[in-house]
Amino acid sequence: MQGVTKRHYVIISKGDVFVLKPSENEKEIIIEHVAEILGGWRADRENLIPILQDVQDRLGYLPGVAMEKIATAMDIPAVDVFGLATFYNQFRLNPPGDHQFKVCMGTACYMVGGNIAMDSFKRRLSIGEGDTTPDRKFSLERVVCVGCCSIAPVVVVDDMIEGKVTPTRVDGILLAFEDKHQKKDDNKGNQGQEGV
Amino acid sequence: MSAIVIEGYYAGLKSKADHKLLPLKEKPVIWVGTATCGKAAGAIEVREAFKKEIKSRGLDAEVMEVGCMGHCYAEPLTVISKPGFPPLCYGHVDEGLVKRLVEDFLVNDDPCYEYAMVALEPNDIFPTLTDFPRGAYEEKIILEDCGFIDPEDIDHYIAREGYAALAKVLTMKPEEVLEEIKASNLRGRGGAGFPAGIKWEACRKSPGSEKYVIVNADEGDPGAFMDRSILESNPHLVIEGLIISAYTIGSSRGYFYVRSEYPQAIRRLETALEQAREKGLLGNSIMGSDFNFDIEIFRGSGAFVCGEGTALINSMEGKMGIPEHRPPRLAESGFRGKPTLLNNVKTFAYVPAIIRKGADWFKSTGTSKSPGTAVFSLVGKVGNSGLVEVPMGTTLRQLVYDVGEGIPGEKKFKAVQIGGPSGGCLPESALDVPIDFDSLHEAGAIMGSGGLVILDEDDCMVAIARYFLEFTQKESCGKCTFCRLGTKHMLDILTRITKGQEEDLASLDILRELAEDIEAGSLCNLGKTAPNPVLTTIRYFLDEYKEHIVNKRCPALMCTDLIAFYIAPEKCSKLCNACVGSCPTEAVYTREDGLKAINQDKCVKCNNCLKACPTEYSAVIKLSPPELVVEKEREQK
Repeated sequence: MQGVTKRHYVIISKGDVFVLKPSENEKEIIIEHVAEILGGWRADRENLIPILQDVQDRLGYLPGVAMEKIATAMDIPAVDVFGLATFYNQFRLNPPGDHQFKVCMGTACYMVGGNIAMDSFKRRLSIGEGDTTPDRKFSLERVVCVGCCSIAPVVVVDDMIEGKVTPTRVDGILLAFEDKHQKKDDNKGNQGQEGV
Repeated sequence: MSAIVIEGYYAGLKSKADHKLLPLKEKPVIWVGTATCGKAAGAIEVREAFKKEIKSRGLDAEVMEVGCMGHCYAEPLTVISKPGFPPLCYGHVDEGLVKRLVEDFLVNDDPCYEYAMVALEPNDIFPTLTDFPRGAYEEKIILEDCGFIDPEDIDHYIAREGYAALAKVLTMKPEEVLEEIKASNLRGRGGAGFPAGIKWEACRKSPGSEKYVIVNADEGDPGAFMDRSILESNPHLVIEGLIISAYTIGSSRGYFYVRSEYPQAIRRLETALEQAREKGLLGNSIMGSDFNFDIEIFRGSGAFVCGEGTALINSMEGKMGIPEHRPPRLAESGFRGKPTLLNNVKTFAYVPAIIRKGADWFKSTGTSKSPGTAVFSLVGKVGNSGLVEVPMGTTLRQLVYDVGEGIPGEKKFKAVQIGGPSGGCLPESALDVPIDFDSLHEAGAIMGSGGLVILDEDDCMVAIARYFLEFTQKESCGKCTFCRLGTKHMLDILTRITKGQEEDLASLDILRELAEDIEAGSLCNLGKTAPNPVLTTIRYFLDEYKEHIVNKRCPALMCTDLIAFYIAPEKCSKLCNACVGSCPTEAVYTREDGLKAINQDKCVKCNNCLKACPTEYSAVIKLSPPELVVEKEREQK
């Protein structure tokens, strides 16, 4: 939780939208990246969505400072940029976790328990749809049909597709990550000691 | 421009492609289907395993990536063609089978027929696709080459007569091309079935020299994936169709509007466009003619409503994807205010075949009012899930029972959901409806996106109606009050019904009234069709709604708030702990007498214990309404 707080950003009818506030250091990096991306585009309204897509591709999400910067560069009100970012499902306002879980909620998956898989992730991670855990390790999203209906219900774990996911499989997936992180932390600790 | 130049140009392309592919006929070739569905099932591992095995044995064989053959139930799929044998298709391939196939088939000439699924060419040894019910019904026009050509190599497409239609078109007058398309009576495959020829003609007649052609690949239905599959498996087919349309209406710039959720389709499309430019099929003076045209890709950002033409245009112009009043039609004022032709991926994909083989050939398939074929993604409770292409006029029963091989297990068929969020649910009695634009509309459903979900007795119709309405409610852009608030109100009622909180049967009348109002008060088809899943389920499955409201019971045992899990003591074996171990919340426990029981307060109704319980006991059962559990427990004491 160090240094990371949840700030209430704006309320829209779909519920609360909040962002994890970037630190000053992160802000500078974000602005640098955005400036670089903006350099490659004409300041034309038609290019706004591709620019937002580029920023999200690079940073993983659309930070508030980035949207403000883009609005200034394109000479349009910031609300127009924010409007697009919240209108389209692709854009996220929260930084994604190191590992992303995308639970498929397509028709075939829903009918055989996609919502049960989603509930299991929510319960285990104690976060809601579209949120990131406070330690930024995991984020949870709902996606609509990844086209693997014959192995429903499907969860996309980072880039790997897991089929026929049950709550016990959810536990297994998370356990595997915890194991990995544990080992990494142990390794780091050992190296540190050797260094001393 | 003289026809000789163009014909010569094409002959050059064709002979080069044929020449390049010649060596492939002389050595064993392994085709691995690596569309998104194949990849999910492990096609990449299979491809690597083949490469490794072949390399370690020093064999002269080629491993190629192809798209999707449509047999999703058997992914990962592999086709092996070895001179002297018919090309054989193997399903459910894993690394063990790879080793076996390389060893036995490639090295020793034993094709392992016991693992083969089907042969792809007529032969005396092994059955081909047409020997199965599915193959007998299927008639492929746009999926013909999907899964049989390398989508990342334009020469594969050219070798199969690709771009021959374009070469033919360039020697014709645009009016003649238009007449051919009009004569074919090709109807738009985006869902509404508007005749493509009329759209093209309106666009051609619109004044102005700057015109645009756009492929609508914003496939938003959460259960349909044929557009993605076509773009991933045979992108040049759509590109060729688009170039032909541009030549016909007089446009010099085209766009692909593709969902960004389809990264692989976008990647393969980019490669395809690049290769088409290199071959002189895009850019200035195409095939040596005086026709100039180029294509760009626009990545859509994920909004269901952007499948609607005016919303799509707004989105391309950098605005929110909100539909506009029509007229003016897109043919008069579309992208950047210029005449614009917008058709679905599949519509464009039919064009090359129609030009090559003629309108009469196209009309010989399907029905008189809906000629050609229909492409469906068959999913849900069906044996052979996947992509199918059948002639229009095939009945739903043939599609479900013959092509799809019916319901797996010994479950009973309940309904088929057709057309996605804008479509409807049709029951057993409607199964003999022929599939074409008009018949489906009469039955209360629509052709729509081509998503076809088969539901069995375990699926609750109220829950599925609620699922689709939740989807459209979330995706409503908010412009029209009825769509924005009406769907919300309907969703609230349905949610209360599935939770057993709705007391009054009059709520069903409110649902019907709201549905009418939303239909009348919405600008675009998202709103107009949003109530369809609810209306059709009320029309055909009224009893299920009543059970939910009156008896607080879910007959399909699906709505989690209306069911409880219970372990029948007379069936439970004391010696087995499967259910206890499977429970994610430790709700299942062992009683003092050794039998298992469920703590209802802890139970999250995840279905795990039911699945874990060995079939010889089948002791875990679902009860609805949940109060039955208390009764059962009381009886026991």
